[in-house]
Amino acid sequence: MDTQEHQIDLGHLMAFDPLHHFPSPPPSREELVKECLQKGTVLVQLIADALFNLPSTEDIDGPLVKLPPPMTRLPREKHLPKPKPPTKWELFAKAKGIKNRKKDKIVYDEQTGTWKRRHGYDRVNDDKDIPIIEAKMTDEPGEDPFAKRQAEKRKRVEKHEKNRLQNLKQAAKVGALPSHIQLAATALPITGTQAAPKKASKNELQDIASMAAAATASGGKFDKKLLGEKPEKHKGKYRKFLPVVEGTGIGSQERQQTEKVLNRLISKNSHEILNVDKAINMYNVKKEKKRKNQRGKDSSTSSKLNPKKQLQKKSLKKGGSSKKGKSK
Amino acid sequence: MLKIKTPKSGKAKREIEKRAPKLVESGKKTLILQGTKTSNVLNAVLAEIYHLKKDSAVRYTRKNENIRPFESGGETSLEFFSLKTDCSIFVFGSHSKKRPDNLVIGRTYDHHIYDLVEVGVENFKSMESFTYDKKLAPKVGSKPFIAFIGEGFESVDELKHLKEVLLELLRGEVVENLNLAGLDHAYICTAVSSNRVFFTHCAMRLKKSGTIVPRMELVEVGPSMDLVVRRHRLPNDSVRKEAMKTAKEQPKKKVKNVSQDVIQGKVGKIYVPDQQVGSVALPNKAKGLKRERREAKMKHETNDRAPKKQKENSE
Repeated sequence: MDTQEHQIDLGHLMAFDPLHHFPSPPPSREELVKECLQKGTVLVQLIADALFNLPSTEDIDGPLVKLPPPMTRLPREKHLPKPKPPTKWELFAKAKGIKNRKKDKIVYDEQTGTWKRRHGYDRVNDDKDIPIIEAKMTDEPGEDPFAKRQAEKRKRVEKHEKNRLQNLKQAAKVGALPSHIQLAATALPITGTQAAPKKASKNELQDIASMAAAATASGGKFDKKLLGEKPEKHKGKYRKFLPVVEGTGIGSQERQQTEKVLNRLISKNSHEILNVDKAINMYNVKKEKKRKNQRGKDSSTSSKLNPKKQLQKKSLKKGGSSKKGKSK
Repeated sequence: MLKIKTPKSGKAKREIEKRAPKLVESGKKTLILQGTKTSNVLNAVLAEIYHLKKDSAVRYTRKNENIRPFESGGETSLEFFSLKTDCSIFVFGSHSKKRPDNLVIGRTYDHHIYDLVEVGVENFKSMESFTYDKKLAPKVGSKPFIAFIGEGFESVDELKHLKEVLLELLRGEVVENLNLAGLDHAYICTAVSSNRVFFTHCAMRLKKSGTIVPRMELVEVGPSMDLVVRRHRLPNDSVRKEAMKTAKEQPKKKVKNVSQDVIQGKVGKIYVPDQQVGSVALPNKAKGLKRERREAKMKHETNDRAPKKQKENSE
């Protein structure tokens, strides 16, 4: 496998020859086809070489080979499944240290003295099977205790359903709703995020608001602003005109403007990819950082050294700027 | 108020779970459809691509007027179809004077358009026009070899993109174990110039050679065409980063009934069910059994016939 000439990705059974160059005016069609087939055969032979040299196991249909994972990364088709957030009960159980205990399907029923199932038809501790409920001192006369028990059970079931809905809503907020469940009112699709409303960020909302404001006749200048709404960034002035007469003490603005434009033009048309000044700066900064790190590792008094360095730099700058002023 | 909707049958639930996002993904399904006008060539191209990818492709044959992949509003139909059929690659064919024999190959991420490549088809030769020994014909669904030739695939941006998209389109299922006896076809893509790719499909003949590795011979079988790259759209950076995220290594699945022993090493438990010796069917059909059955049959028949005969006699 010549890796410098051909790239072989066994996971995809793919081979790539990046060095082949075709003659500029391609010869006749048949020649082209023949040449392509020839090169193709070479590449396919290379893949086969690598493939057949992998350790193989014998199977009924033929030799089975375990392919290595592919090298070229391809994008996924759906997002990664997000882990479900823990439900309220799970959080509570974790906090209290309650562990889940496995329950048996068949339980011994004291009343009848037989083994009955825990859930379902003919179950243990069913409300229907209680023949007599003894009256307590706290009971009101005229109240049906059986009906009361049924009503309590119904309330409990409703509460459980409400809690389940809350847990699912929490999961839906994170985006980790189980795939077979749909919440009906918002009608989120089961896979993908097609109708999921994207929450607009603060900046986006500001942009949209300013765009909408510009639709008024006066361009949104006299619109009543809400509390906390910032004034527009772009006040409608799109051109900057230089003052006709320049005061003293200000540098030549016209010169700066034309310099800026010229520099941009020249840098666009020059084919130098390297900005020498920037490269030198970056190199120097890197070197300084490295030196700092090394000094920090070697001696523990590095913090004491740093402030001195900064002072030195500041003095240099001061000298520089004052010199500039004097020349003018 | 929100209501929780769950599928009522196990089959529906299984179908929905098949479409849910998974940690490790298998091959993508392809959607093949067309626009307002198609030419003969384009019809043939789309049909052949469908045949090559029979199991993992869905073909729509009606014309779709409002699909314009490169315009901002014209993608909604495509995204809806992708959601409906659970397809993440689509091949959209259209024909116009400005762009004759146009194919737009695109991918979706989370059923939104991820990237697009537009190619024109030239010099198309269909599968029927190739003559070859019919025994070599590749079978549907076998994993193909894919070969890319040419420096253009590395230097030119559009060709790099096309290479990635073609790889996704042409590779079959993602499998871990491959049966070496079932390798029978290869796709060859050659970058002839900076915007033209020669694409062909060949069957492979494996010939005996001295070593374990057989000698490969390619025979042109399937469609061959020239793809001229026209436009392309690369994915957004943020979407691209999200799509390229890979799942962390899954913890190895627990194998049941296997345990490690210090002395003996790997120990497995085999559970043998109780044998019902009395009710097992005898493997050899003993001659005696056959005769018994024959006699029983004859007895039955004589019983049926007997009453009829008596009646005739009585008359």
